Amino acid sequence: MVEAGRSPNIRIITKAELISVEGEVGDLTVRVRRQPRYIDGDLCTACGMCATYCPVIVSDDYNQGLALTKNPHRDYAQAIPASFYINPAQCLFLNYETCRICVSACQARAINLYEQEEMLDLKVGAVILAPGFGRISEEVLSRYGYGRLPDVVTGMEFERLTSASGPTIGKVIRPSDGQHPNRVAFLQCIGTRDVSCGNAYCSSVCCMYAIKEAVVAKEHDPNLEISIFYMDMRTQGKEFDYARLRAKEKGIRFVRSRVGGVQEKGKFLEISYVDEAGTHFREGFDMVVLSEGLESPRDAQSLAEVTGIELNHYDFCSTRPFSPLQSTRPGLFVAGAFQGPKDVPESVTDASGAAALAAEALKEVRGTEIETKIYPPEIDIGEEPRIGVFVCSCGTNIGGVVDVQAVADYAATLDNVVFADTNLYSCAQNTQEAITETIKENRLNRVVVAACTPRTHEPLFQETLKDAGLNPCLFEMANIRDHCSWVHAIFPEKATEKSNDLIRMAVAKARSLQPLPEQKLPVIQKALVIGGGMAGMTAALSIAGQGFECFLVEKSARLGGNLRHTRFTLTGDDPKQLLQDTDAKIRSHPLIHVYTNTCVENVSGYVGNFTTSIRTKDRSETLEHGVVVVATGGRPYEPEQYLYGKSRQVVTQSELEEGLSRIEEAKRINDIVMIQCVGSRGEDLSYCSKLCCGQAVKNALKILEINPSANITVLYRDMRTYGFTEDYYQLAREKGVMFVHFEKDHPPEVTEKEGRIQVEFLDKLLGEKVVLEPDLLVLSVGIVPNQVEELSKILKIPLTSDGFFLEAHPKLRPVEFSVEGVYLCGLAHGPKPISESVAQARAAAGKACIPLAQGYVTVEPIVSSVDTDTCIGCGICESLCPYSAIRMIKVGKRKKAETISASCKGCGICASRCPSFSISMGGFTNEQIIAQIRALGEGG
Amino acid sequence: MTSDKFEPRILGFLCNWCCYAAADSAGVARFQYPPNIRAIRVMCTGRMDPLFIIDAFCAGTDGVFVGG
Repeated sequence: MVEAGRSPNIRIITKAELISVEGEVGDLTVRVRRQPRYIDGDLCTACGMCATYCPVIVSDDYNQGLALTKNPHRDYAQAIPASFYINPAQCLFLNYETCRICVSACQARAINLYEQEEMLDLKVGAVILAPGFGRISEEVLSRYGYGRLPDVVTGMEFERLTSASGPTIGKVIRPSDGQHPNRVAFLQCIGTRDVSCGNAYCSSVCCMYAIKEAVVAKEHDPNLEISIFYMDMRTQGKEFDYARLRAKEKGIRFVRSRVGGVQEKGKFLEISYVDEAGTHFREGFDMVVLSEGLESPRDAQSLAEVTGIELNHYDFCSTRPFSPLQSTRPGLFVAGAFQGPKDVPESVTDASGAAALAAEALKEVRGTEIETKIYPPEIDIGEEPRIGVFVCSCGTNIGGVVDVQAVADYAATLDNVVFADTNLYSCAQNTQEAITETIKENRLNRVVVAACTPRTHEPLFQETLKDAGLNPCLFEMANIRDHCSWVHAIFPEKATEKSNDLIRMAVAKARSLQPLPEQKLPVIQKALVIGGGMAGMTAALSIAGQGFECFLVEKSARLGGNLRHTRFTLTGDDPKQLLQDTDAKIRSHPLIHVYTNTCVENVSGYVGNFTTSIRTKDRSETLEHGVVVVATGGRPYEPEQYLYGKSRQVVTQSELEEGLSRIEEAKRINDIVMIQCVGSRGEDLSYCSKLCCGQAVKNALKILEINPSANITVLYRDMRTYGFTEDYYQLAREKGVMFVHFEKDHPPEVTEKEGRIQVEFLDKLLGEKVVLEPDLLVLSVGIVPNQVEELSKILKIPLTSDGFFLEAHPKLRPVEFSVEGVYLCGLAHGPKPISESVAQARAAAGKACIPLAQGYVTVEPIVSSVDTDTCIGCGICESLCPYSAIRMIKVGKRKKAETISASCKGCGICASRCPSFSISMGGFTNEQIIAQIRALGEGG
Repeated sequence: MTSDKFEPRILGFLCNWCCYAAADSAGVARFQYPPNIRAIRVMCTGRMDPLFIIDAFCAGTDGVFVGG
């Protein structure tokens, strides 16, 4: 978010409403109505003074109304833009022309209560729609006592109650009396999987968020008794089932039942439910959490009207499974929950994928209309350090506690400090200009700013140094706000003393700061895609569509992967047609080079500069490229249980699908039993394969289409037909498919008697065992990853314990690796249906094209550097580096370490382990850190 | 605080990505804690050379905190 806020090429328009979108892709005019914030974002320093003095107290919407805030506020501390805003509906001046206290309280003069709304016409080439999701209506929530019973809260509200930054600082309390609850019930599927409120779909995320909230609450209070009432536990995401198992281990109780309602019973909230055997229960709780689902955005219909896109029957953006990020209007793409309920990793993936689509549409004009700044040449800094210290008051944020003038006076007494003064707001635009002038006037060659945190403000001040002709590495910050005035407000003298110490330490470091060059390394503008299934093909087409050459390497003889064995889809889209079209597009694309029957033998190099050797039968070839997309895929698990391979009556879902395409044969099948999770979820494979439930429903419906009188029984553990697939599960039930639940510990038994198979299972409702003699037993098997251990070693990218590739961050960087320049998509990441593979492939292509489009990679100067004179070539650094950013090279006859700057993250593990002190970290040298340590000692 | 009470001087080495960020968040939340710690930011606690800890004690600190 900070990055988006800081990019010169992202303009953030808040309080904006879309009025119209005219024109064609590549030439669109978007009309936007911008409501006033009443506080100028360029001038506001987020000091909070306006909020301190404003007399109007309002409900804090970010905290779900569980707390109060002042009218001028920002939603949360990390909000972007960081400036405050005023809600006109609750402002005394804007309604009654009185007050205006905030205007005089604001020392930065940022408040303008006369600001008017404005219309903006934006010329753009493509539009990405990401309006998020809406909320379940209070009418639906009120069926469970919400609004009437104060201790019935929504999942969102409970989330704020468990959050350390929430209104109770993470303490879980009952809203009615502020007491800790002892027993909490979570009710799943509120306003979702519920035909009565019009939302028959599954919201996909609520099971997981309920588990997360339950675990967090339990961590806060281990004595808390938590029960989750659910229909199917849909933790189908990557590694999600492990979270569910951990929750169970922590003592969270899972009850399979849909709760009818919540009643007040004295001090308790009583819920009634029916278990699987049909027995009625009543149970009392102190607090009930409604796991509310995700709705379509409230303004979805008007958004559709304005943009000319179509919505699906639930008012989410209408897309097709093979093009999940494209709306019905060309040039308008969609990302996030507006496309369908989804979690953070998928939303982030969609966003990168939609950006890739926009980049494809705009490739002809790439690089135009981009802002780049030009700086004066760097001046020679000479020998003697001339340090300037700027002490910030931050309004009263620092100055209200720390005696900033005394601190500046103290700083002036330190060696090499030639200038020291205070600023009201160091980050304000005019102060930045003043600092630039001061640097020039006093010929400063090191700058220390004592203010807030370098994590947010260092880049800003480094810009200022660059404006003054200084290398940005000649800068150091002392954090006397976040680490001092804000946290020691009741010890002003001690805080002033601490500020002196922190500044003395910063000055000590600054003395030995050296200018470091910003390194730019060229990028070979070509990509390698490993794996020619649907994910790899989509990625290759997107990369080529963005204008870059691409090598597509496939191990087998043909492209298409698992798609070749897919005959039909739930939605009626034709996979054969998709495969043919994609294959034709790839074959005819001048920028894509296809290598079938080809293996990757070795990859060396780093982002921007990889060399890969590939082998095709008896011929080897070397490819040079800047990035790698890993799309090595997966395959169906081969079962051994349930007489598979022993009886001809037992087949897998894929084999059934193949058979169903031979209609005459299929017509003769009358009695079918399907068993879900064969080999999955704690059997041979520990995980859920996400797509098998949908596949079973798909095949069941296909059978009924061919032979409407067929009897189908599906034995399942949890039906995980998440999202809009739930519709088809519903349809299958309506058409008479029997769904019978079984527990992992009591699986169905399959035996063969006189050449016919028998399936025996427990029907909980009847309370007895049932024996069926089907014509066909169909096993829903999971997905296993292809053999990639070798590739994982070659590319130095990790695998999960299940053998799938492990992404850099499951939520925030879902298609990247910790190794730069390598990206991930498809089944190699984890089991998923085709629409998600396609979105992820586009995302990987979008990310991969960032360095390709830039043409170079910049290296932050914090990277390590090796002194080859003293390096003894022991190789410890190479073996320890988590980013493969150090390699051993030969210098003359000796082995020496060398940093691959493009891959280095500056962690310093190499430097701290080097036995000959030969590795230095830019901006964090031993000399600098030791200077800081000793400077602390000097304070006595 | 009274002057006769032992007030340790603690030096903290905080990882830029987690513990330093957490200390910033503590500030944003106005979480009050005793003013005895002085922090040095490192890009990762993997940067920690045992030498730094020894140096800190030699320089007169009473305690060293490594957060990462």
